[in-house]
Amino acid sequence: MTPVLSFRNVWVEYGDHVVLEKVSLDVAPGAFVSIVGPSGAGKSTFLRLALGQEAPSRGEILLDGQPIPAEPGPDRGVVFQRYSVFPHMTVLQNVMFGARCDQAPLTGLLMGAARRQAKAEAVAILEQVGLSASLKAFPRALSGGMQQRLAIAQALITKPRILLLDEPFGALDPGVRLDMHELITGLWREHGLTILMVTHDIKEAFKLGTRVIAVDKRRHDPHAPHRFGSTAVYDFPLDDKQKAAIPKEIAAMTSGA
Amino acid sequence: MRRLLNARPRGGGRLLLGLLPIAILVLLYLVASQARHAENPRDKILPTPAAMAESMEIMALQEDPRTGEIPLVADTKASLTRLGIAVGAAAATTLVLGLSIGLLPYARAGLGPLVATISVIPPIAVLPILFIVFGLGETAKIVLIFVGITPFMVRDLASHVAAIPEEQIVKAQTLGASTWLVALQVALPQAMPRLIDSLRFSLGPAWVFLISAEAIASDVGLGYRIFLVRRYLAMDIILPYVAWISLLAVIIDLLLLTWSRTAFRWAHAPGGRR
Repeated sequence: MTPVLSFRNVWVEYGDHVVLEKVSLDVAPGAFVSIVGPSGAGKSTFLRLALGQEAPSRGEILLDGQPIPAEPGPDRGVVFQRYSVFPHMTVLQNVMFGARCDQAPLTGLLMGAARRQAKAEAVAILEQVGLSASLKAFPRALSGGMQQRLAIAQALITKPRILLLDEPFGALDPGVRLDMHELITGLWREHGLTILMVTHDIKEAFKLGTRVIAVDKRRHDPHAPHRFGSTAVYDFPLDDKQKAAIPKEIAAMTSGA
Repeated sequence: MRRLLNARPRGGGRLLLGLLPIAILVLLYLVASQARHAENPRDKILPTPAAMAESMEIMALQEDPRTGEIPLVADTKASLTRLGIAVGAAAATTLVLGLSIGLLPYARAGLGPLVATISVIPPIAVLPILFIVFGLGETAKIVLIFVGITPFMVRDLASHVAAIPEEQIVKAQTLGASTWLVALQVALPQAMPRLIDSLRFSLGPAWVFLISAEAIASDVGLGYRIFLVRRYLAMDIILPYVAWISLLAVIIDLLLLTWSRTAFRWAHAPGGRR
């Protein structure tokens, strides 16, 4: 089976500052991959690379076996920790935006049947994330958790090959976070999504993922800390039984992070 | 005792407090005018309200036999036309340049320094150039207002657009938006409330440039009239004209604010500081 996303010997360097080194990684279709690691280890660089916001200085990144375009596109959906919804659009308009871009590249406006169909799809997905009561609300009127629900619905409408989550629940209250875990797990199963999630919450990583990748520096020079970059130091495929127990080495690595 | 900075006026008290300084100023004027007229009944410097009303009746209600028009109406029409064309052109230019510079790195690199340079030129200093190039007609006056307010507005809007979170721009692209659609559907709607705000701020300078240009070379207009009657120390016309200009400015400001509040509801937080 062709992996949805592969990193082939990827390096990210700024001058002699190495952020990532020798990263090779295949994400299988239907996988829920969590990336954990201490602050500043370059977790988010993974997502920036997958999005095309940044290009690797060496190596290549493939989406369905093809080199990814060097800019964000509708084949890769994303939910950031904050600011991923449009404040000037209502909930419904936010979710319909994907369809508007796809079908009305000139004006961004849909008419008649196309509009009705896009609206029906948007309403259906908003129902799944539990926002059908706030279709006409502006994001400012929504709580943080509801805004993230909206951001997820908005990303799913274009049916991306892979959904990228950048600390998606990091700014939420613990209770809300649990609801969101249920929501994203449900959507992942139901839509057969492939998800790559960056988080600093180790428990969340193990609870949600089918595979956890820990990112850290393998080598460290105390006199030149930037000389060596991070790479995938641990890679755990998980089945349901293993999910309960977090390996000691990972727990140690991110404690205090 | 509460700290002064926590004590807030409420409801009617607030309105009364706002009117109080205005009432005091009006009262002071009346007293001073009365005192001067007691000494010299033909005083022209502080005309009485009755004298102002009498003069304005001529300016606002009677046709000028020479032109066949009511002076106040003709002046207002001429001035507002100049102001409207200039401000409209400034707003349109600001939208195009501000969105481009704010969104596109190439436009920022190419146009940013030019706009920054133009914005430090004092507009009144180029007025002679405008008169030489465009003649003494309408064009020079309109261009002066345009040159005076546009660079500031472009810079303001560009920095506002550039401050739209990167996340939003990336998100739009992952939803399939082209550069054009990001500009049209993401940046433009978010730029509009800011553009209206910056228009409201720019109207003050716009009036200054309008009246300056009219004072120097014109045959109709609110600024022209004020500077014309100045020769006769006609404070009974100047003061009501100034009040009329202020009223127009307040009305335009309120219209812009109402537009922003109704068309861009999302940008105005209920119960916010504004």
